[in-house]
Amino acid sequence: MVAPINLQLEFGGGAELLFDGVKKHHVTLPSQSDPWDIKHLLVWIKDNLLKERSELFIQGDTVRPGILVLVNDADWELMGELDYKLQDQDNIVFISTLHGG
Amino acid sequence: MPINCSSCETQRAVLRRPKTGHSVCKECFFRAFEEEIHHTIVSAQLFQPGEKVGIGASGGKDSTVLAHVLKVLNERYNYGLELILVSVDEGISGYRDDSLETVKRNQQQYELPLKIVSYQELYGWTMDQIVKQVGLKNNCTFCGVFRRQALDRGAMMLGVNKICTGHNADDIAETVLMNFLRGDIARLRRCTAITTGSEGAIPRCKPLKYAYEKEIVLYAYFKKLDYFSTECIYSPNAYRGHARAFLKDLEALRPSAIMDIIHSGENLSVKEDVKMPVQGTCTRCGYISSQGLCKACVLLEGLNRGLPKLGIGKHHKLHHKLLAQEPLSEAETRKLKSIDF
Repeated sequence: MVAPINLQLEFGGGAELLFDGVKKHHVTLPSQSDPWDIKHLLVWIKDNLLKERSELFIQGDTVRPGILVLVNDADWELMGELDYKLQDQDNIVFISTLHGG
Repeated sequence: MPINCSSCETQRAVLRRPKTGHSVCKECFFRAFEEEIHHTIVSAQLFQPGEKVGIGASGGKDSTVLAHVLKVLNERYNYGLELILVSVDEGISGYRDDSLETVKRNQQQYELPLKIVSYQELYGWTMDQIVKQVGLKNNCTFCGVFRRQALDRGAMMLGVNKICTGHNADDIAETVLMNFLRGDIARLRRCTAITTGSEGAIPRCKPLKYAYEKEIVLYAYFKKLDYFSTECIYSPNAYRGHARAFLKDLEALRPSAIMDIIHSGENLSVKEDVKMPVQGTCTRCGYISSQGLCKACVLLEGLNRGLPKLGIGKHHKLHHKLLAQEPLSEAETRKLKSIDF
């Protein structure tokens, strides 16, 4: 079993509109048998934070193309994407590039 | 597992560039992003020293990054340009009024003058009023046609030599796809041009033409630029939405797809016997038009006569009647009045 972990989640660039317009969320992921990775985090977000139109945020088991993900201010493409193992106090940012001005 | 920057080899990389696949740190990214835009500007000779250049500013990510980078490059390379922000107020409450607040903050942050032109003052109609009249089906046609002219008219009032817009590589690729899907050969041929409309209208250029949307958003994020992001409350635009989603799906599989589509668009050659519209000027307002009356004047005439469908679809045959202020027949009126919701 791994201990619960605390994360800061941030949504921006219009992605916050799917989360009642709230940009910053402090969340605690419960203890589970496997370490938390981003793949599991997305399922957790879908079940716990996303209230409607989840297809605008998640497609299949990943984020919808056009949504950028940053792990502690670095592009998740450099961090292993879905397989990145989350650490306590990580800051995960989701920015939509799909919204206009 | 921090990866080091492939350029300076000392700092931690913060992003993988979609165009090159390189992993770069914040400072090297800023430099490369700005230098590539400088390269675009120089190699396409977008500006001449002493020019007055209007920046179409919506408060969104693209135009905010464009204004910031142009200011930086103008100072770094002594372009000698006088930069001005030009914004269009379509009169959409809860949408444009919020984004205009962002533009007003940008004006302060970048110390650039700002001119706002409104549909209300130019046409006597706000988008809110137009939607009440025409419904949510063809409203984007009105808005698109009016915005294009509004930016030009704002620019003319300011006496600028050129207008820059924040269209990025993803936007251009999307437009190539859209024109292809619609069979719009005239637009397909000109939509990849970096500068357009030098004949008659104020020339427009797109300095971010080769900048990926991902990099624009990350540039704004890392520089902590202040921008506004939301969808227009009146714009469903399902067809474009599909094209956009398709493009993003392709990009996820192969990031070069964006540049490849632009490349295809740039190198298309149109058969000689394809009929291209001849550019002339509108007999009423003098704006460039391939018809006797420009699209904006036809749309406006329709709104003012209570015949909102006038500018939707092809009604060129009626233009001479409109110009001569002749009354329309009962059958013509009936056809133009009904609006399907």
